Amino acid sequence: MAVDVVVTSTLQKITGAKSVRGEGTTVGALLDYLDQRFPGFRAQISGSDGQLHRFVNIYLNDEDIRYLQALDTPLKEGDVISILPALAGGR
Amino acid sequence: MSVTVYIPTPFRRMTGNRAAVQIEAGTVAELLDNLDQQFPGVHDLIYNSEHHIPQHINIYVNNQEIGALDGDQTALSQGDQVAIIPAIAGGQDGLAMTPEQVTRYSRHIIMNQVGPTGQRKIMGAKVLIVGAGGLGSPVALYLTLAGVGTIGIVDFDVVDLSNLQRQILHQNDDIGRPKVVSARETLNAYNPDVKVITHETPLTSDNAMEIVAQYDIVVNGADNFAARYLVNDVCVFLEKPLVDGSILLFDGQSTVYLPGKGCYRCLFPQPPPPGLVPSCAEAGVLGALCGLVGSIQATETLKLILGIGDSLHGRLLLIDALAMEVRALKIRRDLNCVVCGDHPTVTELIDYDAFCGAAPVGAGAHAEA
Repeated sequence: MAVDVVVTSTLQKITGAKSVRGEGTTVGALLDYLDQRFPGFRAQISGSDGQLHRFVNIYLNDEDIRYLQALDTPLKEGDVISILPALAGGR
Repeated sequence: MSVTVYIPTPFRRMTGNRAAVQIEAGTVAELLDNLDQQFPGVHDLIYNSEHHIPQHINIYVNNQEIGALDGDQTALSQGDQVAIIPAIAGGQDGLAMTPEQVTRYSRHIIMNQVGPTGQRKIMGAKVLIVGAGGLGSPVALYLTLAGVGTIGIVDFDVVDLSNLQRQILHQNDDIGRPKVVSARETLNAYNPDVKVITHETPLTSDNAMEIVAQYDIVVNGADNFAARYLVNDVCVFLEKPLVDGSILLFDGQSTVYLPGKGCYRCLFPQPPPPGLVPSCAEAGVLGALCGLVGSIQATETLKLILGIGDSLHGRLLLIDALAMEVRALKIRRDLNCVVCGDHPTVTELIDYDAFCGAAPVGAGAHAEA
């Protein structure tokens, strides 16, 4: 499944672009794919146990995957995945 | 002379619901005649049987009431703005508006969604702004211009030269002065009606409940995670709406948390470890982005005060200024949230510096380079 992955500026340092194409049948598989393509990607968003950091949210289209099937959430062609870490800046 | 005439809500049925119309006229009297030709019936709404403009209707040319000019013989020039403002019945809270206020807020008052009742709600509102920096500046400025009655600002910091790239409350001469003092002066110069309360202190677990309790709505312009979790938890405990915004580089995020309907911890249960997500001081931020996000926060605050429109509640607005794309993601209350879930385990304020793994100074006290 080819999907679009949109990242914020902080992850862009690793992907080189704001939006990249990715592949995978589930969100977890997509993250593996992205980590192969962009070494260090997964370490930015998940811990050594493979679980997503709790300050990083992943959205399938506009829905938080925590309310779907988390990393097992299936993907279909044309889906848009957004990866969103918390931002604190205000000043 | 073509002038713009603002039509008050009660008269708009005559003008096909138009709030502003263009009329050719050399004097106010001529304007009212020509208005009546175009929209029959307007004349009788304004003039009484003795062909005088009754005292319950004020007409303003630009910002001056015509009583102080030449009455209905006041001459008009090309491009003048004329506002017809009838006295407002039903002052529910006894806050009568002065003619100066009616003129100042006329662009609000002539909108159906605001009107005199809404403007009085704004004038009765108390809003706390956390931080007088990048986001706090535009938020405070627009809320002041809108006439929010009481604006509290909490900030412990002094103005630094590097703030002036984006923090529009402060100017060159303010460098080294407390931000809350500079903020109050700027705001009162814009609108002396507004009562600005300064809290020159970091927001901490010791003072946050007492400070926030004095306000109806909290707007977040904090610059670190400890302060953001503190502000969130206080708002949950005191059941205050929280209008949130954050910025970094070219990215902005904004949403609204309403009591009982989810909170910042539902969205991000834990802060990142120190150093992983850079601050604006470390990574930078586009100054103008502050205005974009701050204006969204001010808009949402005014909508909450007025009780109009669809709140950003339940949606996280993402602004990518580099691509100039705006998207909204769904957010919802997490039933397992430790502060606002069904079985909360955090029921009082905690040590937020420890929670966020930061240096042991007051939340909000993190120096900004």
